[in-house]
Amino acid sequence: MKTLTLATALLAFGTGAALAQDVVRMGTEGAYPPYNFINDNGEIDGFERELGDELCARAELTCEWVTNDWDSIIPNLVSGNYDTIIAGMSITPERDEVIDFTQPYTQPDPSSVVGMTPDLDLASAVIAAQTGTIQAGYVAEIGATLVEFASPDETVAAVRNGEVDAVIADKAFLEPIVTEDADLMYVGDDILLGGGIGMGIRESDAELKETFNAAIQSMKDDGTLNELIAKWLPESAPF
Amino acid sequence: MFSFCTDPALLDDLPWMACYLTTGKHMAFYASFGTVLLLLAITAPVALLFGFLGAMATRSQIAPLRWLGRGYTSMVRGIPDIAFFLFVPIALDQGLEWLRHKVRCPDWELPVRQGNDFVVCDIAKLPLSNAPQWVHEGYGFGTAVLAFAVVFGAFAANVIHGAMTAVPRAQMETAEAYGMTRRQAFWRILVPQMWIFALPGLSNLWQILVKATPLLFLLGVEDIVYWARELGGSKTSTFTYPHPDWRLYYFLFLLVFYLALTQVSEIAFGRLARRLSRGQATAAGDALRKAAA
Repeated sequence: MKTLTLATALLAFGTGAALAQDVVRMGTEGAYPPYNFINDNGEIDGFERELGDELCARAELTCEWVTNDWDSIIPNLVSGNYDTIIAGMSITPERDEVIDFTQPYTQPDPSSVVGMTPDLDLASAVIAAQTGTIQAGYVAEIGATLVEFASPDETVAAVRNGEVDAVIADKAFLEPIVTEDADLMYVGDDILLGGGIGMGIRESDAELKETFNAAIQSMKDDGTLNELIAKWLPESAPF
Repeated sequence: MFSFCTDPALLDDLPWMACYLTTGKHMAFYASFGTVLLLLAITAPVALLFGFLGAMATRSQIAPLRWLGRGYTSMVRGIPDIAFFLFVPIALDQGLEWLRHKVRCPDWELPVRQGNDFVVCDIAKLPLSNAPQWVHEGYGFGTAVLAFAVVFGAFAANVIHGAMTAVPRAQMETAEAYGMTRRQAFWRILVPQMWIFALPGLSNLWQILVKATPLLFLLGVEDIVYWARELGGSKTSTFTYPHPDWRLYYFLFLLVFYLALTQVSEIAFGRLARRLSRGQATAAGDALRKAAA
């Protein structure tokens, strides 16, 4: 009897508002400034917060922001815990096999290598990158020794404490760090990786993808996207 | 928080620190201590209940129930905690959504699993995607509590089962001689007396449970470890309060917190053991009797 009551309670849970289905849950990492981070008020902030809010306003969607670990950000999208990934995720063929992407809202973003000495031979260096990023894939490709970390902050901390020779990440993330820390400097030139950053959406969710595609296009057309890029990602090329 | 916090860049060290430690983010950090304590407060009794039921099942005279009890304890005890913590909430969530999907959307024609995607109809989602954020967080917390309770319940079942067999046989024989049924003897004689034998094992489990709470972070609940890592990481001037890598201090603080928590529980368990020893045919019970005389 008790289990029956519990089952009924579960089924009845939330029957009231079953109609208002236009809430879209936006999944982000919240640890990758300036793309997305938790500001000092404990709120999600950054380029993608501003962009996402604007996209939702244009598509007339109610959006709710959630944070999720980078490691499990794709699995939790496909199992339906949230509806989009908007977390500085570059469009790559490997990811595209698992999820779908909207059109990119940044140009292919320059990545840079940051270390303590300028004359570093990258091919034989030990380089830190965040797990499951295109930069981690790149390090493996050039034959350097890759050390992976779960969060972006840890990759930089590893350079500072000498655990690795250098870190590779998006330039927009590294730029303020290099500017404010005299010990850190760029090694070599910028590297262009990936096909730009897009929103990740479930493959079965074609309608939502089209909605966001249209919203991104309208921001590209009237120049508001370029304003946001200039504000948050000064190193990136505009559209 | 304070009125002088409007421009932190101009502040001296001490007021800066005061402002820094009272930001909204720090408030979330302090609140997460409540989350951890709440988890403990809910999980411990639920796990104890699971353990008690498991132990009862294991000594049941009905064979299938006995198999169930044994299966539960040996299976859960044999699987790494982390694997179990990752499996239970996902399986539970998808299982419930699938059930609701079957009941509420019988006309749905598309398969639930489409390639990588797990898709149920909108009104079968748990919680609904338009539910407020606290419902989502509460739901995540609930599945986490259940995962903890299932795992720690299995260990508790073993401890309690051991304690039940440790109650002197003579006690049960006396109960039978008084004409009590098996059930009466179990509830009136065995259960009240077994706690003192179960206590050392249970207090061990409690300490392990306290130390296992950082696993919450793994389940996506924003607990103290999440916030310590988030707050401690070095911050550039994109943030209002830039600072270098302070993770060491934050984790040191967590270390002190956990040590204090386990120390307090140690004292509480000491008192409880003294209380439960009263009148028992154990060395501790004997010592109490002699002290009173």
